Amino acid sequence: MSENMARPTKTQVRQEMPTQDPQVRNTNYNEVALGYTDELALAEASRCIQCKKPRCVTGCPVEVRIPEFIKALREGDMWGAVDALKDKNNLPAVCGRVCPQETQCEELCVLARKGAPVAIGRLERYVADWERQQGIKIPERAISCGRSIAIIGAGPAGLTCAGDLAKMGYQVTILEALHSPGGVLIYGIPEFRLPKDVVRAEVEYVKSLGVEIKLNSVVGKLYTIEELLAEGYDGIFLGTGAGLPMFMDIPGENCNGVYSANEFLTRVNLMKAYRFPEFDTPVKVGKVVAVVGAGNVAMDASRCAKRLGAEEVHIIYRRSREEVPARAEEVHHAEEEGIIFDFLTNPVEIHGGEGNWVTGIRCMRMALGEPDASGRRRPVAIEGSEFDMDCQTVIMALGTRPNPLVFSDAPRLERTRYGTVVANEQTGRTKMECVWAGGDIVTGAATVISAMGAGKRAAADMHAYLCSDRSEPWWQEPAA
Amino acid sequence: MYEILSKQDVAPVSKLFVVSAPEIARKAKPGQFLIVRTDAEGERIPLTIADFDREAGTVTMVFQEVGKTTKQMGKMEAGDVLSDVVGPLGLPSEIEYYGTVLCVGGGVGIAPVYPIARALKAAGNYVISIIGARNVNLLFWEDKMRSVSDELIVCTDDGSYARKALVTEPMKELLGSVRRIDRIWAIGPAIMMKFCTLTSKPFNVPTIVSLNSVMVDGTGMCGACRVEVGGQTRFVCVHGPEFDGHQVNWDLLLSRQRMYLTEEKRATEEYDHECTCGTRAV
Ligand SMILES: Cc1cc2nc3c(=O)[nH]c(=O)nc-3n(C[C@H](O)[C@H](O)[C@H](O)COP(=O)(O)OP(=O)(O)OC[C@H]3O[C@@H](n4cnc5c(N)ncnc54)[C@H](O)[C@@H]3O)c2cc1C
Ligand code: FES
Repeated sequence: MSENMARPTKTQVRQEMPTQDPQVRNTNYNEVALGYTDELALAEASRCIQCKKPRCVTGCPVEVRIPEFIKALREGDMWGAVDALKDKNNLPAVCGRVCPQETQCEELCVLARKGAPVAIGRLERYVADWERQQGIKIPERAISCGRSIAIIGAGPAGLTCAGDLAKMGYQVTILEALHSPGGVLIYGIPEFRLPKDVVRAEVEYVKSLGVEIKLNSVVGKLYTIEELLAEGYDGIFLGTGAGLPMFMDIPGENCNGVYSANEFLTRVNLMKAYRFPEFDTPVKVGKVVAVVGAGNVAMDASRCAKRLGAEEVHIIYRRSREEVPARAEEVHHAEEEGIIFDFLTNPVEIHGGEGNWVTGIRCMRMALGEPDASGRRRPVAIEGSEFDMDCQTVIMALGTRPNPLVFSDAPRLERTRYGTVVANEQTGRTKMECVWAGGDIVTGAATVISAMGAGKRAAADMHAYLCSDRSEPWWQEPAA
Repeated sequence: MYEILSKQDVAPVSKLFVVSAPEIARKAKPGQFLIVRTDAEGERIPLTIADFDREAGTVTMVFQEVGKTTKQMGKMEAGDVLSDVVGPLGLPSEIEYYGTVLCVGGGVGIAPVYPIARALKAAGNYVISIIGARNVNLLFWEDKMRSVSDELIVCTDDGSYARKALVTEPMKELLGSVRRIDRIWAIGPAIMMKFCTLTSKPFNVPTIVSLNSVMVDGTGMCGACRVEVGGQTRFVCVHGPEFDGHQVNWDLLLSRQRMYLTEEKRATEEYDHECTCGTRAV
């Protein structure tokens, strides 16, 4: 179809996706966004003008064949749509739900200039959900190439890398520290945003390719990287993410009722504390909850706190609305659900009372000064602006760094001062021969899709390297 | 799945499991711990490694039935399986030749002290051990402890067995005597460890304690286990569980251990109720 031909008037109206009523959903854990109906999906798909040089594809970290899958979808060829989508993306049902499309594919959509890009993410979700309802096609197992790979961490990076290598005939074993695979998708992102059945189905798909997942296997403790290589694995991929929580280092942070977002979300999502006492793990939520930070993690924590019965949930963020790093949709949903945003506010102390329980938080008002290294205006404290706010729960959602546990006895793996692994972003090669890495462990906390992209690129390079005569040097400084 | 190969009642409310976990056994060292989950609805609880057998591929855990999870475990038998066992977690004890060492185990803390005492003895130390419990029903492993100690003192708080004393009493006598004690390990309930460190402080003998904080993952990713040591926040699961007892902020630990008291009570009561009414098969 040419660009000239497709100019239906419908291109103006972007189809909204039905959601649960905000005042109902903020008391349950069912999925918030309900997905397109067939009619809505077709109407939205017909907005795509099928550009000859699709810019959307260049905005996608794994270069999903967007126009092709949308074309197939609107022609009623659903399996064709699935194939086009899955050609580049093993986890479309996840990505359709959690990718920040507005800064990736949809930002570059030509219709975005008119303010209403094609809702690519919603269409992706629609196709992936359709496939899941049909029962996912079990792919044929590839013929073994006789080489074995150990993948450390069953998050999006590890699962993607494993899937691709299995398709190429490698014997792949994933070693995962937790009792459930999925990484952040299972322990961090809540059920109401990403149902765990969706994650499980994606994990089952990877397993159906012949990948073995060994749970409860903490690398650095149960085995070291050196031992795995010595045991005969031909290559190792590190995809252990960025799971180390940060704290502010302010007085009162160890009071009862102060959580890292990781702990809070792990209790709620992985351990299902929202169904206590049916599930054994408890979580504490006071009447007033203060969540510090404004990324996706903070949005998830605040919305969980609301669902657990908090009357008032505040997001405390030291910058302004413009700098909020969370996905636009999450901020929008949080506001709809009654989360209060306190911008230009920064905690300086947590007050503890009887039994060392949190009673309140002291904050300062901030103003935006000169731009800092990140290009965003640096928040500066306004002198004398301290004020106290009563609260019984504080959740620190300040970002995370790679957990150093996996590096025990691996001195040859070079790391940056932020604790991330030094790796070539194109190939995933680390400074240690036969060890690749990708995802949050290399970039620091980023996105699901960028972790998947890294897993894919590493799988390709692993195959290229392991099949080569290895005459080329292992490490080459990446081109600036 | 991790099979329970044998179960033993070491004391009326303290049970011992020998569990098949060959890979963990291969790596386990004294002082480290495990995270255990009984079933799909279960919580992850930390248990210190009470013993391990690399050849047989087993790890041993001892637990006191205090809350829902441990009571539920108490009902499990040889042949049953634990859904998850993770380990060996935490840093191992620093075993070397110190000279004369004192190993103090209180209550369920006797279990983790045993492999430490054994390793210290094997490293050539003169090992004096003190084991104690509130009453005789909570006491166990006297024989095992005797077999790895040059001297053993046994006491109960209420005098229902052996000497009537808190473990800190014989500890103080030993420290006050002419013998030189080079290092102390004290493991048990937080309050006992606190008083052991207060006892040894005036004598300036380094005292290692094994902290039992609340945990979730046990790998450093949540911070539930944070404690203050020497004025700094530390994660028990990765920086510990052993720390210099004289540096620990005990009041903080004690208050943090009580964080879920209401919930634990509720879960335990509901569990006890279900058990007596038989509404749920266990
Ligand atoms: C609450 C929350 C919400 C988010 N929301 C979004 C969103 O909406 N959209 C988006 O794109 N991104 C989001 N992100 C970011 C995204 O989830 C991550 O960037 C992505 O999951 C990184 O993938 P990964 O595979 O690198 O690591 P992870 O997903 O972190 O997976 C790492 C895995 O490795 C395991 N592991 C760690 N150490 C070891 C070890 N020593 N041995 C064995 N296994 C180990 C971990 O248990 C884990 O399963 C969110 C993150 C969080 C925390
Ligand atoms: S138990 Fe989670 S960090 Fe220690």
